[in-house]
Amino acid sequence: MDRRKSIKSLVLGSVAGGLALHGCKPGDEGMDQMVQQAEVFYGRTPEEKELNAELREEQFFNVHEMATLAFLCDLILPASDQYRSATEAEVPNFIEFMAKDIPEMQVGLRGGLMWLDHQCNSRFGAEFISLEQERQHEVLDEIAYYDPKIPEEERPAAVNFFSLVRNLTLTGFYTSKLGIEELGYKGNMPNVWDGVPDEVLEQHGVAYEEEWLAKCIDQSKRNVIAEWDEDGNLIT
Amino acid sequence: MQIIENTKVYDVIIVGSGAGGGMATKVLADAGLKVAVVEAGPFFDPADPTQQTQLKWPWESPRRGAPTVRPFGDFDAAYGGWEIEGEPYTHKDGTKFDWFRSHMLGGRTNHWGRISLRFGPLDFKHKDVDGYGENWPIGYEDVKPYYDKVDKLIGVFGTNERLPNDPDGFFLPPPKPRLHELFYIKGARKSNIPVYPSRMSMLTKRINNERGVCFYCGQCSRACQVYADFSAGTCLIFPAQKNGGQVDLFVNCVVREVTTDGEGRATGVSYINKEDRKEYKLKSRVVVLSASACSTARILLNSKSAQHPNGLGNNSDHVGKYLHDSTGGDRVGFIPDLMNRKVSYNEDGVGGMHVYSPWWGDNSKLDFPRGYHIEVWGGMGMPSYGFGFNVNEFNQFFGTKVGGYGDVLRSDVKKYYGALIGVSGRGESIALKENYCEIDPSTVDQWGIPVLRFHYKWSDMERNQAKHMQETFAEIIHNMGGTPLGTMPGKDEDYGLKAPGRIIHEVGTTRMGNDPRTSVTNKFQQLHDVDNVFVVDAGPFVSQADKNCTWTILALSWRASDYIVDQLKKQNL
Repeated sequence: MDRRKSIKSLVLGSVAGGLALHGCKPGDEGMDQMVQQAEVFYGRTPEEKELNAELREEQFFNVHEMATLAFLCDLILPASDQYRSATEAEVPNFIEFMAKDIPEMQVGLRGGLMWLDHQCNSRFGAEFISLEQERQHEVLDEIAYYDPKIPEEERPAAVNFFSLVRNLTLTGFYTSKLGIEELGYKGNMPNVWDGVPDEVLEQHGVAYEEEWLAKCIDQSKRNVIAEWDEDGNLIT
Repeated sequence: MQIIENTKVYDVIIVGSGAGGGMATKVLADAGLKVAVVEAGPFFDPADPTQQTQLKWPWESPRRGAPTVRPFGDFDAAYGGWEIEGEPYTHKDGTKFDWFRSHMLGGRTNHWGRISLRFGPLDFKHKDVDGYGENWPIGYEDVKPYYDKVDKLIGVFGTNERLPNDPDGFFLPPPKPRLHELFYIKGARKSNIPVYPSRMSMLTKRINNERGVCFYCGQCSRACQVYADFSAGTCLIFPAQKNGGQVDLFVNCVVREVTTDGEGRATGVSYINKEDRKEYKLKSRVVVLSASACSTARILLNSKSAQHPNGLGNNSDHVGKYLHDSTGGDRVGFIPDLMNRKVSYNEDGVGGMHVYSPWWGDNSKLDFPRGYHIEVWGGMGMPSYGFGFNVNEFNQFFGTKVGGYGDVLRSDVKKYYGALIGVSGRGESIALKENYCEIDPSTVDQWGIPVLRFHYKWSDMERNQAKHMQETFAEIIHNMGGTPLGTMPGKDEDYGLKAPGRIIHEVGTTRMGNDPRTSVTNKFQQLHDVDNVFVVDAGPFVSQADKNCTWTILALSWRASDYIVDQLKKQNL
């Protein structure tokens, strides 16, 4: 049965009798293929798919703004022998998408970019992207730091602009494939959790209690079907 | 417009397919009854690759999981949210109630936290203890056999601790605590707050050959493709179908009202098919409402007829009254001893917490009735939108500069990864008649159905409880050697008490009781006024308890469904 057609027929409000719809059940051979196909969709509803497509279609930043953003992103997370840059992880494109997804950020981002060029023009007679890196650093050093004790709304606009770009750059990078590899996050894949490794417990000065561990799952028996006595004691 | 009638007569029509409706579907279909399930949203199966969000990477979402479309983020399984386009609700007298709806097969069970707590003996008779609210017409002993059956059918991990008001059950073994949870255990115990393995409905161990076993991705909120967590679709409705049950699913069909005959008995429901925007009628001998507490109240109030001028089942004028949600308060702490973590291992674990603290306090010595349990979260989770924001703001605790750019940010990210712990309180509020939903006479939704209007105010009982939460959380965070972030919310902010509805445990709108003048259903969740209409969502809850409501919805729905089968056999319906 063509799965999408079957769903469509359901959506039409018609009766879906019987076992509606399992082309395959968990553990079947087709599963791997299903998982692969799924990556194309990431589970969007038709309306959500449409919204994403619309947002992708629009262009918010102009060419110059995109170029400036790319410079900023790579000053925030530069390339080196050891590391990949923000632009390699396509962070500017991510910021472009987010500016459309959360329109409240648009004025701050666009206005900040204009402010930056204005600063650079008045001080050095050139736009930000045309400056030597030393000059770029000089400008950024004035807006890159803040006192967290001062509420955000009372900090200078330029500082808040740069904080926003830094936040989006960090989030864009560390949610990308390159960033997650760099971070070293080991999850998001099937595994069997069996506690914190000893050396980690030691590093942080904590330990498991025997009494607590005795209550926990014996992972070697996880596939044995559970049975209990009448008092609720597990016997398998 | 002509209403299109289906000639088939079902034994039972079930409205809504969440915890209550799913359980009714399973029990009634297994009993051989012809069942129609009418669900306002689309079909949903987390094993369907086109609907899956589990095991996706953040970069698969162009917004990296940001909550701009789905309120709990792009990968959360729930369709819907606090606001649904074309389906408004309103408020009265400037009060606030945030209503979370998820229209899809399985409803909100697709994304919920799976915290599966039984109510204890005290929870059914709490008025006897402190004089507040009302007692239930049933006690723990009435529900215990059903809790036992739910544990075995659906699967829940936890431990038997012989606690007086947090009953034992038939548990699967819990997973070992994660690193931040070991810190929590230490910190809480220092304040004499007990900690136990949490009780959650994920399969740490196989319970049958149909459902898979948890593979520890920590993504239960995305709904599990091997059905290792509880969702009403995967664990109740699909098995009912597979078992040969006569179950017809009507999806994308919004029930407008329960139809009645000249005697005032229910004849079925009328619904709007969202696709063709036409109205249809379905007939049945019994109607089971499980659309969620507020939606069920809305359907009843909109089911007006000559026999039921005040709405169906509403002779008492109690439909919609005593609406109450759990209280909620949170605090986040930065824990220096959790800095510089080794990322050598996968600590996703199960979705949510491996340990928790049930209510430990003695209310006779406190300035509020009823308690709350503590949930804990933290760890080296998968990055998503928001990760790395204010990346080195914790530098302030070490006297170093905050902000900057360049590779230093990369080391800051790693230094602070996993160094936060969140503690949340979820507690019991007192059900008040003044907190209610009713029909707003001047507003309809896009299906032409009159909408709900809410009136809800917290009282000092909840505010004082929230204050206690905040003081406790700060203490626990300090005990862990940490610093609570932000400032502790004060009186002007209700001590951080979440707006009503935010915890998504709303109950009480069709409360059960022995007196038809002060309750909507009897103790079998049958309308006092109409014998062939039952309510099996959280509407019949008399009080909320400091537990989450799902496990009790399931147990009570099973109990009510057994009663329906029995009454049909005896030809009483």
